[in-house]
Amino acid sequence: MATQLGQVSSGVGSAPDETAGPTLPTPVKKRFTGGATTVIVRRVLGAIVSLFAVLVFNFFLFRVLPGDPARKLARNRHLSAEQVMELRRSMGLDQPLGQQFLTYLQGLAHGDLGQSFSKHMPVSEYIGDRIWPTVLLVGVSTILSIVFGIWIGIKGAWQRGSAFDRVSNATSLTLYSMPEFWLGIVLLMLLAGNQVGLGLFPTGGMHSVTPPEGVLANALDVAYHLFLPCLTLTLAYLAEFSLVMRSSLLDEMGQDYLTTARAKGLRDLKVRRRHAVPNALLPTTTLIFLHFGFIISGALTVEIVYSWPGLGTASLEALQFPDFNLLQGIFLLFAASTIIFNLVGDLLLGLFDPRVREA
Amino acid sequence: MSAISLLEIKDLTVTYSSSDGDIPAVRGVDLRVDPGQTLGVAGESGCGKSTIVASVLRLLPKSATVTGQILLDGENVLEMGWGRLRAARWAEASIIFQGAMHSLNPVQRVGNQIAEPILVHEQTSEQEANARVGELLEQVGLPASRAQNYPHQFSGGQKQRLMIAMALACRPKVILADEPTTALDVMVQAQVLGLMSELVRELGVGLILISHDLSVLSRTCQRVAVMYAGKFVEQGPSDQVFGSPSHPYTEALAGAFPTIGDRAFRYAPRGLAGDPPHPQDLPTGCPFHPRCPVAQPECPTAVVELWPSGPGQSAACVLVRDRDRVSR
Amino acid sequence: MTADATPAVRRSARSIVWTRRRRAFARNWKEYRRNREGLIGLVMLAFFAFLALAGPWLVDPETTAVITAPGRPFEPPSSQFWLGTDEFGRPILALLIEGARVSLMVGLIATVFSIVIGTVVGIMAGHFGGWTDTVLMRVSDWLLVLPFLPLAIVLLVILQSSSWLQISPVTAIAIVVGITSWPATARLIRSQTLAVKSRPYLERARALGAGHWHQMSRHILPNVMPLVLANTTLTVAGAVLAETTLSFIGLGDPLRHSWGTTLDGAFGSGAISIGAWWYLIPPGVAIVLVVLAFTWVGHALETVLNPRLQGR
Repeated sequence: MATQLGQVSSGVGSAPDETAGPTLPTPVKKRFTGGATTVIVRRVLGAIVSLFAVLVFNFFLFRVLPGDPARKLARNRHLSAEQVMELRRSMGLDQPLGQQFLTYLQGLAHGDLGQSFSKHMPVSEYIGDRIWPTVLLVGVSTILSIVFGIWIGIKGAWQRGSAFDRVSNATSLTLYSMPEFWLGIVLLMLLAGNQVGLGLFPTGGMHSVTPPEGVLANALDVAYHLFLPCLTLTLAYLAEFSLVMRSSLLDEMGQDYLTTARAKGLRDLKVRRRHAVPNALLPTTTLIFLHFGFIISGALTVEIVYSWPGLGTASLEALQFPDFNLLQGIFLLFAASTIIFNLVGDLLLGLFDPRVREA
Repeated sequence: MSAISLLEIKDLTVTYSSSDGDIPAVRGVDLRVDPGQTLGVAGESGCGKSTIVASVLRLLPKSATVTGQILLDGENVLEMGWGRLRAARWAEASIIFQGAMHSLNPVQRVGNQIAEPILVHEQTSEQEANARVGELLEQVGLPASRAQNYPHQFSGGQKQRLMIAMALACRPKVILADEPTTALDVMVQAQVLGLMSELVRELGVGLILISHDLSVLSRTCQRVAVMYAGKFVEQGPSDQVFGSPSHPYTEALAGAFPTIGDRAFRYAPRGLAGDPPHPQDLPTGCPFHPRCPVAQPECPTAVVELWPSGPGQSAACVLVRDRDRVSR
Repeated sequence: MTADATPAVRRSARSIVWTRRRRAFARNWKEYRRNREGLIGLVMLAFFAFLALAGPWLVDPETTAVITAPGRPFEPPSSQFWLGTDEFGRPILALLIEGARVSLMVGLIATVFSIVIGTVVGIMAGHFGGWTDTVLMRVSDWLLVLPFLPLAIVLLVILQSSSWLQISPVTAIAIVVGITSWPATARLIRSQTLAVKSRPYLERARALGAGHWHQMSRHILPNVMPLVLANTTLTVAGAVLAETTLSFIGLGDPLRHSWGTTLDGAFGSGAISIGAWWYLIPPGVAIVLVVLAFTWVGHALETVLNPRLQGR
């Protein structure tokens, strides 16, 4: 989160591309497809390297840090010395480090993330059980926040200084300054709590205690439970996205080609829609994808507040035990998906911005 | 000269309001352009030349207050309704902006950008518009197939030609070119200027060319006006104005440009000391008097206006006024 | 300027530099004053800094210990306890004042780590270029991509359960937040270093035989410092938020009361179902105010240093 705050304000429009200088006249040969493929290949390769680095990091974090991993696991249970030895053997800890790493990689290739000692089942299986609620919550919140955030950002920037702009900017800034889980707590108290609030919504969980029969009724029940956590996350993400979009568009609005567009006789609305906004959306879209890490972090704590049965609450349970294998598995999953999303964001930029294609 | 000129500007003033007070950028300017005529406006940066250009199509920011008259084909632009103004933009007068690097939308194909005003102003189909784009590109010396390219795929000189092609798209009667050759090297500059002169001749448009580069103006423009601190200080046929300047500023400006091959030039004292005055801090009387090598005692208090100094030439200097008086 | 300075007296290079710096500071302060939010932010920061520093005198340690808690559990706000009490009967106000010290301290320490690492990496990458640059930026980008909370959780759990490495949870949080947030600073500093690198005085210094260390510390660093300052303020904001989140999920120090651990206590004690809003709302409000204050000050500093951003 520290990183994201630093990123938003330090010149969004001038994203880390120091090579943006005057372009030399490129000979116009038909190198178009060639250039694009090289860029794609290079980006994908970079993502693979990052992914591999994460795997290595994950492996060494657990093995190399001081302390015997088997003893760590054995701490909560009173095991005899032979049982500890057996544990070490089953974990492969008696083998040389290099061999362990290979075994680890082989296991990953088969989707084996180890055994969860707190849940008594393979980590991958447990994650599979808990992933769907998180995907639902994050997915819906992200889509809603992108749609609204972009709309608010555009309107605010185009009507800079207006009442709408000042209010939305102030609200976004305030929302961005609060921990997401606290926003969740406040909304929970206001809308779901019986003592102080309106008691309109359930106080947690994904299903009612006695879930209703039928697919539709069940879906509605889930939606009913989804409302508050989704509202919380949407507001939290929306704040960031609208600030980013506003900043991006303000940067764009200072550009000369907009004056050219106006001089050509276009209506203000057309200038905005056809010239300013598409250009401003480019860095914004990329930034949204780059902020996937921020999206994940927010979702984890909100899940905890609402007892939403996803990977967030699973992380909490895992760290209380502490179930190292499960924690690592979840971390690996999140890190990998973030890398993939970043890759998609990069490629999308290349797809839409012709200047990048030739790089 | 015809009775109704293409573009006639009368007593134009433009004042920007800012948090530091009012900034008078243009303080009373008259000019006139007829079909097939080229008028150059010369002056250092910050004297208000670009402001005049922007004001013709009312492209100034909201903080600008404009008075006077801008008659485009007899109609006052400053009094036009919003719809009429938009219709007039580009179709009656178009602008070639300074810095073509940034005046084109970097993520749109150039063909679409040139076709855009055609589709806005005329009731043509996309095919017809694209055909016209091809014609325009050929007219400026670029192959029609390049309409598919993006701006970054062109060189500086080519981008300038694109701007010219775009400016011609709706067959305007007047073209205002704001420093069209500033960022280009000399060879390309010559090509672009040659192209512009040719188009003026062929199409009979009126051209106003803004530049701080006198050599550019002298070869392309029939008439020229020299601007200083928001007002014209001299105007007349370009060869006369540069050949035998009547105003001390023009003389200094013309003298400041190096003559290639003249070895003595390096040692001869030329150029002007000091900087152009800040618009909010203008000297009294004639604004040029602090830097003027031939300033007279009355200059700080004199009210200067353009007095005739030759056939079709006039200058805003008390020496010209007195010379005139004496010769009578 | 000294009144008795005669034209013949030559001032040392250092005094000239310091006069210039003082003038620049005065100019920047004048510009800063125009930013209303920046000023409000400064006032707020001063207030919280006062709370943090004066904390030990304002709060009797007995009131924040569970055993000697003065009030009854979950008392609503009254004239005796302005913000009520928690589940142990401790006054919330006292907890908040303590929290100011802990939260700000952790935030600042984490920021120091982050800024120091980020500045060193950024300057080295920008100055040396070539392989150094590529490697450092690759690592930085990789770290930037990783999602913060999962990474921090894993790191903290490992740190806490290591047998011989005994770090207090607070220090652990500061370290983890610091090492996960330096990449953003590094990127910024690097681009600024690149901009400075092309300036003539650096070339002159090299021509005069300045070594790398001298160039980096005497020329690049002073010119990069203003940007570091603006970035630091914003980093602190993020660090405070990060500490709060990590403490809330239980990775904080239960013996120290940061705003995050207070919220963890509130949530865990069922304050929501009881409706003890005085326990849940004030810590969050305090966090929002501090983060806003740092953000405003940081934005104002950026505006002063980068005129392009003025009028946003």
